[in-house]
Amino acid sequence: MADLQVLVWLSFALFATGLVGVMIRRNALVMLMCMELMLNAVILALVTFSLRTATLSGTVLVFLIFVVAAAEIAIAIPIVLQLSRQRRSLDVEGYDSLKG
Amino acid sequence: MSLDQLLLYFFGAAALLGGVLMLVAQHPMRVALALISVMLSLAGVYAMLGVHVVAVFQVLIYVGAVMVFMVYVIMLLDVRDPSFVRRYGRLLLPGVLLGSLLVGALGTSIARMGGLSSAAPATGGTPSYLIQPFSVEFLQRYWLHFELTSVLLVAAVVAAIAVIRSSRRQDG
Repeated sequence: MADLQVLVWLSFALFATGLVGVMIRRNALVMLMCMELMLNAVILALVTFSLRTATLSGTVLVFLIFVVAAAEIAIAIPIVLQLSRQRRSLDVEGYDSLKG
Repeated sequence: MSLDQLLLYFFGAAALLGGVLMLVAQHPMRVALALISVMLSLAGVYAMLGVHVVAVFQVLIYVGAVMVFMVYVIMLLDVRDPSFVRRYGRLLLPGVLLGSLLVGALGTSIARMGGLSSAAPATGGTPSYLIQPFSVEFLQRYWLHFELTSVLLVAAVVAAIAVIRSSRRQDG
């Protein structure tokens, strides 16, 4: 268990990568995938701390996150499909009808 | 350094590399393939850590269900728009600055914290993360949480149907 610290750092780095991806990319689907990357980073942190405290509850929480991720994808994909049908584009900079 | 540790670091570095590739790849399909490689490397990390249940379900649920769905949608929505050619929006510079700031701050705080790796778990009898003992424990102690997730899944299905129906009503 000598390298749990490296794993926590890896999890933070992956989370930051996903956050930067959501901020800088323009394609709606790519932004969705960067959100999945952030969820994966959180799962890695949960597993690491579950190993560190030698309990099972963190791993059980990972299961619940899997369910949440599946539900999130099941709702987000129809929304993206509908957006692309209305605007004929996946470019988030074109979705500015709420701009004042 | 043992072989296990070497493989652990290898999978970790592969995951980080895939994450960076996700930021620079142009076509969404390449981003999806990079994300799949990140997920598979993370599954390797979990397997090397001995948490076999999470490794198996990472491959089954994430790569097998979520990402296959995502790749299918990318194939379905073969629209040609500016976001395929110009990758980055206006927030490129502040986003990269904020991201590097975040990594730097968290990295230094972890380095200063220090003791995470040295302190071994004190409790005797670490729980086994193999499939069988984990499943027994999971379904005996956490069965209510497990059943409650079905409520969330039903809500998600209803919401997805509602989104599709409302779009159909708008089309007339």
